[in-house]
Amino acid sequence: MATKKTAKKKPAAPKKKKTKKGTSQELMATVFIMGKAHKVPAEATIMGAIEYAGYQLKRGAGCREGFCGACATVYRLPGDYKIYTGLACTTLVKDGMWLAQLPSFPGQKAIYDIDKIKPNVETIQMLYPEVFRCVACNTCTKSCPQDLEVMDYIQAAMRGDIATVMDLSFDCISCGMCAIRCPAEIVQYNVGLLARRLYGKYLSTKSKALEKRLGEMKRNKYAKEYKELMKTNKKDLKKKYYERDTE
Amino acid sequence: MYPDYMSESLQKVTQSRNKRFELAKSGKAVFPPMNAEEREDVLNKFHPDYKAESRRKIRIGPNKGELLTTEVADILESHSRITSKLFDLSTPDYETDILIIGGGGGGCAAAIIAQQMGAKSIISTKLRLGDANSMMSQGGMQAAVTPQDPPTRHYLDAIGGGHFDNKPELVRALTEDGPEVVKWLEDLGVVWDKAEDGTLQVLHGGGTSRKRMLSCRDYTGAIILRTLMDEVRNHPEEITVLEFMPIIELILDHKGQCAGGVLYNLETEEYFTVKAKATIIATGGYGRLHIRGFDTTNHYGATGDGLVMAYKAGARLLYMDSVQYHPTGSVFPEQIAGFLITEKIRGAGGQPINKYGELFVFPREPRDVESSAFIRECLERKNGIKTPSGRVGIWLDSPLIEMLQGEGYINKQFPAMHRQFIRYGIDITKEPMLVYPSLHYQNGGIEINEKTETNIRGLFVAGEASGGVHGRNRLMGNSVLDYNVFGRRAGKYATDYIKKAKIGKLTLEHVDKYEKELRDARIKTDRVAPVLLPSYTPEDVRKRQLTACYEGTLR
Repeated sequence: MATKKTAKKKPAAPKKKKTKKGTSQELMATVFIMGKAHKVPAEATIMGAIEYAGYQLKRGAGCREGFCGACATVYRLPGDYKIYTGLACTTLVKDGMWLAQLPSFPGQKAIYDIDKIKPNVETIQMLYPEVFRCVACNTCTKSCPQDLEVMDYIQAAMRGDIATVMDLSFDCISCGMCAIRCPAEIVQYNVGLLARRLYGKYLSTKSKALEKRLGEMKRNKYAKEYKELMKTNKKDLKKKYYERDTE
Repeated sequence: MYPDYMSESLQKVTQSRNKRFELAKSGKAVFPPMNAEEREDVLNKFHPDYKAESRRKIRIGPNKGELLTTEVADILESHSRITSKLFDLSTPDYETDILIIGGGGGGCAAAIIAQQMGAKSIISTKLRLGDANSMMSQGGMQAAVTPQDPPTRHYLDAIGGGHFDNKPELVRALTEDGPEVVKWLEDLGVVWDKAEDGTLQVLHGGGTSRKRMLSCRDYTGAIILRTLMDEVRNHPEEITVLEFMPIIELILDHKGQCAGGVLYNLETEEYFTVKAKATIIATGGYGRLHIRGFDTTNHYGATGDGLVMAYKAGARLLYMDSVQYHPTGSVFPEQIAGFLITEKIRGAGGQPINKYGELFVFPREPRDVESSAFIRECLERKNGIKTPSGRVGIWLDSPLIEMLQGEGYINKQFPAMHRQFIRYGIDITKEPMLVYPSLHYQNGGIEINEKTETNIRGLFVAGEASGGVHGRNRLMGNSVLDYNVFGRRAGKYATDYIKKAKIGKLTLEHVDKYEKELRDARIKTDRVAPVLLPSYTPEDVRKRQLTACYEGTLR
């Protein structure tokens, strides 16, 4: 269970295992980390396997839960010509897997003033003209570990359809896999990010209730009530808290 | 896929679901919420903080004699990586207006505000910009934006959730700035979940009396932080980002003001000095210290570095005896043990269910109470479900959400959660998840006031590294709000401060002094802190690394 010390030492290795290459009946797999063979638990994640093999990660690890995109990994499998991509933190090892992590990959990021651009195709043309080099090969989509329709949102960007780019790229974690595979040398994740910002700022309908609340705050409507609450002793505050109604 | 032996229990969850659905739909409370006495009782008996060995007296420094979380006391009673004589501080390698330590949400927000007000800054970050817990928050951000929810109600919820230990002026700042932060983020381009007419979508969280949780699907943190990072990168002239370059000690001046810090290049292993008129610590929390041996929801770099350097420089800590365990960390499959399962699941109607298919606690108690109730259900009442690797957990019934909110809701609102489990053959629209509390948040931290000032002039703190905002228990959605509110405030007040600040002669003498305190207190340890990165190297590998020197958690 969760309070056992071993949980933090070897997150990917099941607990029964005491020694690394011992005689335990646990299933092991051979993976080639940057070409070098290591025996690791067959059910480990790639990240777990790399650490199990003795590497102290500096690059190639971040949130470790599939949100930050730090651990982009490319691999091949025996007898298979394909290039596979995945996040090391959430992809399981396979026997014979040959893998390498991407420590960093250069990608152009346009510098712009969000207050001075418009949510239209001209902005895309100005900031990321290479988008129009897209040859619709769909490699970006195939390489996305989040299974996003990357090519579709790049096509939408070419049409200036900012809302679709926002929607399709929403779950993007900027791991960069699309960009390294793209023959047109597009940095898809930055195009998605630009479109989401344009949508949030210019295209989403504004909340009337929020505007009203901001007006109230400007007029200091709650200042008196705050003062009273802050003065209230703990006993009375407790009473108020436990008696409050719930929506 | 769940192993066969769990199918009997899974069936019981399915069997009780209709009845639970009817009750939830009726609008009545699905389970009676605990009163003050019941809360206290379950906390005292089952919260990990209340175990005798979970705290110990700190023997040196500003909080000397206080009981702190044991692992925190350990890293505070540690050696520095450096001594003052290694450095010539008369010619600093970098000079800037504001040194911002940490490239998460708080650091980015501070840099943006400082830039708008005309100050230059350096963001020093241990990993990449944005490698932070801010990136991982899923469920949402609290802010009082509906007519029935005045910000003062948010204040009451937050201070009650924190057991009335929160500093009132900080809770006021947190809740009063909330609506403005929503607007600020939207103006920067954050895409909030909304209805077509622009109404912001709000849900309940644990301990909220009004629906107040704003969200961006279940990628709330990722959407907000990537927006802030992008804005930071739009100002390369004013904001310098140094990645894989953590600050490992603060630099003071001869008047005791904070005046910068010492950088460590993780890759080339060089040290550099930064002179700054003001310094902001935004280093986040400490989940990777694995307090009490718990798994954690936290990112790789969450090792409490800011606490250590601030403490050595003389900053006071507040509530460093209090740890937050998130009620719903994953326990199955083993590969995702400890991973965060957003509280939004319960906000949307998901329920915690024991092995007999029974709801055993109100699903939205404050986190410490909810976690304690889960632990009681598993350890005392033995109503948990064992996993093949020996963990124990209870069900978090997500299919109920689809019944309550309509089919397709999970795919639309919880894409990250759905992805996390479908990889392992578990479809959370049809099957529940197995959960147990996971180490999540540092409730306390470096004491600040509403201007984010500390007891050291020129040192500001924002976000999880600070203490006082959340008392001894934070509510869901208040940390995303926290780093925005106090990150912005730190940027503002640090910029105000530098207009008048006069920095004297730089010194690292406090580091030597602290080392002497360790000796005088006869503390013998091989620990070195800041920890920087946790080590997951197996013991037998370590044994073969004959020339590697392990000190504490450091290689």
